[in-house]
Amino acid sequence: MRNKASLTLDPRTPERIPPSPPDGRGRLVYRQSVWTRLTHWAWAVALFFLLLSGLQIFMARPDLYIGRQSGFDFDNAILSISAEVEDGALVGVTDVFGWRFETTGYLGVVDEGGVPAPKTFPGWMTIPSGRDLATGRVVHLFFAWVLLATLAVWLVASLANRHIRRDLALSRDELRRIPREVTSHARLSFRREPRYNPLQKLTYLAILFLVLPLMVLTGLTMSPGVNAWAPWMLDLFGGRQTARTLHFLLMLALLAFFVVHMFMVVFAGSVNEMRSMITGWFRADTEIPHD
Amino acid sequence: MTDLSRRHFLRRGAALGASLGLGGCFDELADRDNPVRATLAGANDLTYAAQRALLDHDALAREYPASAIRQPMRPNGSTSPRDPDYLNHLVSGFETWRLPVSGLVDRPESFSLADLASMPARTQITRHDCVEGWSCIAQWTGVPLRLVLDRVGARPEARFVVFRCFDTMEWSPTGPVKYYESVDLWAARHPQTILAYGMNGGPLPVANGAPLRVRIELQLGYKMAKYLQAIDVTDTLEPYGLGEGGYWEDRGYEWYAGI
Repeated sequence: MRNKASLTLDPRTPERIPPSPPDGRGRLVYRQSVWTRLTHWAWAVALFFLLLSGLQIFMARPDLYIGRQSGFDFDNAILSISAEVEDGALVGVTDVFGWRFETTGYLGVVDEGGVPAPKTFPGWMTIPSGRDLATGRVVHLFFAWVLLATLAVWLVASLANRHIRRDLALSRDELRRIPREVTSHARLSFRREPRYNPLQKLTYLAILFLVLPLMVLTGLTMSPGVNAWAPWMLDLFGGRQTARTLHFLLMLALLAFFVVHMFMVVFAGSVNEMRSMITGWFRADTEIPHD
Repeated sequence: MTDLSRRHFLRRGAALGASLGLGGCFDELADRDNPVRATLAGANDLTYAAQRALLDHDALAREYPASAIRQPMRPNGSTSPRDPDYLNHLVSGFETWRLPVSGLVDRPESFSLADLASMPARTQITRHDCVEGWSCIAQWTGVPLRLVLDRVGARPEARFVVFRCFDTMEWSPTGPVKYYESVDLWAARHPQTILAYGMNGGPLPVANGAPLRVRIELQLGYKMAKYLQAIDVTDTLEPYGLGEGGYWEDRGYEWYAGI
């Protein structure tokens, strides 16, 4: 029974690869298992809500600190977004490591129905659009559970159907190819291979095994209940406020990944890429390696 | 880049920008009676169950060395109640202030500050985490709430401890809306849950809740009611406020604030 179950989980059995179409457009490869596709879209939805509700929560204290506590009588802030009054006008100010930037309109002072208002982020950046910490927390903590459950489902399925070992693990040869891949990507030249290329593998491994787990852990480190259960997390991240700062920086890393991810989808062929993430079928330029 | 793919890219970018601007589409979630919001808020029950299942009752919040106290304790919420009964106690140095502990107990009792001070005390240097995101470390001295509950004989059917406070947060047509809070008996009996009358080596300042506040170290700041007027041991939260178990809970915040 167990063998049978793992067989049906393995999507790329030979009979699922149809022959090359006669028009020479390359053959369709069943690239993404249903587990990969389901978890991919669950993450897309969860991360969308986590980002916008997280920015809502951040608005309640738009400062980031280093250490165990927030400095009110001493300065351990590395980022502060605030509103100041200059010559009778509201000015949005963003302070990063002591460098002061005027960010009126985007950060600190934003447009509220045609009037400049002291608010950290504009309405389109947060859920809900107005200031509402309670709702931000309700949305954020719900989708935090969705994110965690999706990670767990993905890990179990991807171990069971060998997605991790077959599609994500890098061979020695692929590691050697990395510099060449970097130059070819820099020239915006992409080949549609049936398999992930080494840079793609590295990126997905970093997101799945580093960024997302660290996101969950730094989030949990902000929980006073979890602190009592696993005090080592406080030491690992250097205190609750540092964990909060790291949580924010990891959000920026995910945002950067998202931008590059969208860019790659468009340049690698958005129809093909979207189809493979919805139906599982990907059209490859090259022959499928027979291994 | 070819012209075609560039146009394609721009179109996609525009669609992306529009989808990022969806923030306002979820504003119904701010409505406290929205059924979708209620479903999402159900995750708090999961968090509560998970933390209660994982946490041992003697698992402690981290306690810090004295060198970690680097600043005065930051006060939040009410900092100087104007309620006449509170001001009368304040001018008389809380001489006649009494804390009635009643409800589902065998021996209801009213405690003076001297009564509480004569009971075994616990001093702890802990980190106060505000729901807004900031933290502040201070030293707290008080009597463990579980000793008080044992003395009055909390009954087995009791489920919650409710803290009623002096400070008026706002006015409603039926009168003042006073701060209140509640926790389960697990939290109430936690070794670090104390009724604090001292802070940073001195008496509890008015801004931080004089004469008495509760410290619940495994949860966020809004649970730690200040200006205590009375403690009720109960099996229901319905008669209090809007029935959600606390002033902020009645306004949409989670009842379980361990996260």
